[in-house]
Amino acid sequence: MNPARPSSPPPGAPPPDERPVVLSVRDLGVRYGDHVALRSVSFDIHQGEIFGIIGPANSGKTSLLRAINRMDEFVDGMSVSGTVELFGRDVRRVRNVYALRRRIGVVFPLPVGLPLTVYDNVAMAPRLAGVRDKATLDETVERCLRRAALWDEVKDRLDTLGSLLSGGQQQRLTIARALSQDPDILLLDEFSIAVDPVTTMRIEDVLRQLRDEMTIVLVTNLVQQARRLADRTAFLLMGECVEVVDTEQLFTGDVADERTRHYVEGRFG
Amino acid sequence: MFSSTPLDARNKRIQNRVRILFGLMTVLLVLPVLLILGLLVYKGAPVISLEFLLTSPTEGMTAGGIMPALLGTIWLVSVALLVSVPVGVAAAIFLSEYARDNWVTRVINLAIINLAGVPSIVHALFGVGAFVLFFRFGTSILAASLTLGIMTLPVVIVSTREALQAVPHAFREACWAMGATRWQTIWRVVLPNAVSGILTGIILEVSRTAGETAPIMFTGAAFFLPYLPVSVYDQTMALSLHLFVISTQVPGVPEALPFGVALVLIALVLTMNATSIVFRTVLRRRRKW
Repeated sequence: MNPARPSSPPPGAPPPDERPVVLSVRDLGVRYGDHVALRSVSFDIHQGEIFGIIGPANSGKTSLLRAINRMDEFVDGMSVSGTVELFGRDVRRVRNVYALRRRIGVVFPLPVGLPLTVYDNVAMAPRLAGVRDKATLDETVERCLRRAALWDEVKDRLDTLGSLLSGGQQQRLTIARALSQDPDILLLDEFSIAVDPVTTMRIEDVLRQLRDEMTIVLVTNLVQQARRLADRTAFLLMGECVEVVDTEQLFTGDVADERTRHYVEGRFG
Repeated sequence: MFSSTPLDARNKRIQNRVRILFGLMTVLLVLPVLLILGLLVYKGAPVISLEFLLTSPTEGMTAGGIMPALLGTIWLVSVALLVSVPVGVAAAIFLSEYARDNWVTRVINLAIINLAGVPSIVHALFGVGAFVLFFRFGTSILAASLTLGIMTLPVVIVSTREALQAVPHAFREACWAMGATRWQTIWRVVLPNAVSGILTGIILEVSRTAGETAPIMFTGAAFFLPYLPVSVYDQTMALSLHLFVISTQVPGVPEALPFGVALVLIALVLTMNATSIVFRTVLRRRRKW
């Protein structure tokens, strides 16, 4: 089965390679004490592209995301080398790390409905950014919940706790929360491992709609998910970036490295 | 197919014995509590009256009420809480949310555990040296409460830290990723979900503070006072010391009187605990994940 690729760029838009670079990773390395999690990874991600990152467990996918929004600050012993540039600015040198993180939406593998009301979950980021006006907050909450395909299910119970929603709803709540930051780039870390297939498909639809407005980095352990969504895909293996290819090449076998072909064909990982 | 083998039968036998044995232990645990309470009520209830609570001791403390001691204990506990709760909770937040795991924090943690193990009479001597003499607070509510506060600090710190660490780490990460500072994360998400656990620590502290005798004996509690304290620089009577005094130091005290005092002390502690537990339950019902 070879589904039509709804992720292909709209007609008339320049091909991804010619669009401006949003995120540029150069020679990125991550260590936890003596353990090397990522070594010398480099790639560019272009505006409006969905960039897939595939690879087996322990290949350094999550470490890569952490390095992008500087979450290493919160992990004892994690050290980052090399550079990550967002819109040409080295994220390590950004003084206001909080403003940096607000530009970057993150969706974690396990749904995290904060033990606040649904409303407060989505209103939190705008509030952190200083928005106090009730009407603005109302508008943001509704818009983000609609975009995350959750509004219809929760519009009558915005004051229930986000942590009491079902797993699939919580994951969409997480996406609404990430959107409420009005991010330039959205990082998704294996968002579908704890949600049902129907929710997964709904979220994938959401991502397809978002691709015109923001750049999306999709870390996934599902090769087929990368195929459905990603324009280009990087294959990470044991901390190394084996190669970055147009996603379709993964499935036509038009790859430079044997290991990539083996992984995609399910021979390991 | 499902018939039981001799091994199954043996496992089942052991399982049943373990259950009965451990159940008995649990009953044994409750028994002393019931006996103590029963004895106190049986022997002490006759002297309890509104007058007993609201008048001063008379006739060389062999008659009359306990009002100054009751009031004094409330003073001591309140001031001790004012000292130990802010300091303890702040220290616990720092250790749990800010400090990295290195040798400094490990030494601090060791110090806290050791502080918890220091006998109360040693705290009393420290209180005399530090607060009564060095800081020149004299024997006063302030010196006694500071001593009590320091004594109970480890309980507050340890229980607060555990309450904070019971809040899933994923909540913090989600907040940080949204651009929240550590403090915003603590204030908006971590603390509201840790309050019930923190209260548990404070409940424990209240019970212990109200009952301690040694730390207040030399630092601020008086054998007998003809007047009531009006500020933290005054001495005060206290239920625990009063109980000790009329049980062992004063001749001719009717038997029921010490039991009455003990009953009031226990009732005071239980009331405070019950209030906190109700408060805690209400808070916990609001927060779920």
